[in-house]
Amino acid sequence: MEKLKSLADLKRIREEAKEKLELRVRGDNPEGLVQVKVAMATCGIASGAKPIMDFFVEELDKRGIGAVVTQTGCMGYCYAEPTVEVQLPGQEPVVYGFVDRKKADDIIEKYIKNGELVDGIIPVNYEKID
Amino acid sequence: MKEIALHILDIAQNSIRAGADEIRISLGESVAADMLTLVVADNGKGMDQESCRKATDPFFTSRKTRRVGLGLPLLQMNASLSGGRMTIESEPGRGTTVTATFRYSHVDRPPLGDVSGTIALLIISNPGINIIYTHRCEGKEWNISTDAICSELGGDAITDLSIVSPLREIINENVAEVRNFQPAYDKY
Repeated sequence: MEKLKSLADLKRIREEAKEKLELRVRGDNPEGLVQVKVAMATCGIASGAKPIMDFFVEELDKRGIGAVVTQTGCMGYCYAEPTVEVQLPGQEPVVYGFVDRKKADDIIEKYIKNGELVDGIIPVNYEKID
Repeated sequence: MKEIALHILDIAQNSIRAGADEIRISLGESVAADMLTLVVADNGKGMDQESCRKATDPFFTSRKTRRVGLGLPLLQMNASLSGGRMTIESEPGRGTTVTATFRYSHVDRPPLGDVSGTIALLIISNPGINIIYTHRCEGKEWNISTDAICSELGGDAITDLSIVSPLREIINENVAEVRNFQPAYDKY
């Protein structure tokens, strides 16, 4: 594969990817997208949140799921890091704790694709961090 | 925190929480001067002198969710352990600048780690913040910013997950060119 060097290369790559993207069913507004928030405070990062975020970014794109992946701060669940908040369009957010690659894969395959809950949910008694 | 890249991710999070809309991150490597310099500067809400002084106390935090704040103390520890130091300059309403130096050749100096991936993640997950990354090495430098990407690709591109891996590769290639050398222990 040729090397990518400039932003013009990035633009070209994206145009190519866009053609594939057209085939995907995805809403035009962010509300139609799955929102994945990875907790990235010191506790999250120290327990390996970055590889988990890499995994979500890579796999959601690869599996053709329209999603926005962002970071949040610490929700006070330092003991359960890495934690990931997933919000399906039109639904309440769900927080998963102790997320490793296997759990992340389950979340994508079972929860995001089929709406089927996966083990390891942290009960909703927290205040959402913006 | 075992890598400089993770410290960048962590310290940048402070800037995000301070409401910054511009974060300047720079890494300077100099084998000649035996020094590695990390700077994270933001234009967020800043801190008063009291908070600034307490920021390196692991039992001080501005958050209410927990009673400890380890990000800056851990960075300070890693800097001191490898013969460097960390300084914080801050002014309320103007922003905060965190500078950490390390002796480049020191055995305890953390490896750089996946800096390009970290910058790519920071850029796509914070579309409202102009993140400017500069890499310097022995007089040469290269930089990339959210604004530059937006003006080339259009604003809606910035949260597109498919740009992450090519973006990481672009940062890799350019940084490798600036670096001229590639120590075997640094995965880049």
